[in-house]
Amino acid sequence: MSVASAFFYLFSGIMIASAFMVIAARNPVHSVLFLILAFVNASGLFILLGAEFLAMILVVVYVGAVAVLFLFVVMMLDVDFAELKQGFLQYLPVGALIGIIVAIELVLVVGGFTPSPASMGAARSPTPPDVSNTMALGLVLYTKHVYFFQAAGMILLTAMIGSIVLTLRHKPGVKRQDISEQNARTREEAMEVRKVPSRKGV
Amino acid sequence: MIELNHYLTVAALLFTIGICGIILNRKNIIIILMSVELILLAVNINLVAFSSFLGDLTGQVFSLFILTVAAAEAAIGLAILVTYFRNRGSIAVEDINMMKG
Repeated sequence: MSVASAFFYLFSGIMIASAFMVIAARNPVHSVLFLILAFVNASGLFILLGAEFLAMILVVVYVGAVAVLFLFVVMMLDVDFAELKQGFLQYLPVGALIGIIVAIELVLVVGGFTPSPASMGAARSPTPPDVSNTMALGLVLYTKHVYFFQAAGMILLTAMIGSIVLTLRHKPGVKRQDISEQNARTREEAMEVRKVPSRKGV
Repeated sequence: MIELNHYLTVAALLFTIGICGIILNRKNIIIILMSVELILLAVNINLVAFSSFLGDLTGQVFSLFILTVAAAEAAIGLAILVTYFRNRGSIAVEDINMMKG
């Protein structure tokens, strides 16, 4: 067994186990941490497949942003998670049944699948020779798939605006700085000269 | 030697675990969102494996776009969840049809 095979079994085994723990863990914080472990192992699989850019993006975007967002929300919301775990045993038989059926079907389909020798193309590399994976992705992303790239940017913009609009709220009674009102003050309304009589005070 | 079928089997198992997670944790929408992330990760593994073994870079480009959409989906889903929690004080999914107005 070569080193690559050993690492494949290591990464995929840990990934499957931690994915199982994501759905089985009692504490959602542990779920998020196992999700991070699954993503890190998936990025190891991507490196084995020669997709270094996607592996790094997976670590940066998923572990760095999405999983931390999950962690943030789980810790920010004060939710009684024990109550939410109630239906787990109730749904366990049907869930296990559906899971086993889906797993058997998918493994049967995948196990009997062999790509035609013509499409294998004598084990071509996805990247042109003398070009790294990242550069090859950039070469097609900004030329051939540029409209999809722009559409992805629009999707991210929409998601950003949507989540800001959903979660932004102005509480009444919170003092905020209003710069235009500050600048609109005149000397007449802001200050007043009084004659203070001696030993009386204002 | 690791073949394409090995990667496809791993992705199939991951996909199955994601589906089971949605069914088992019907009440906890955070776990449901995480299961959706697992399913999308399985799809990504499939695309990258095909891209690598068939020698076509388009699979990796598509996987990149799936990552984008998944990140947007997670952000929107969690924003809806936070708003819902502020209004209701819980995140029980079965009451969520009160959002239909």
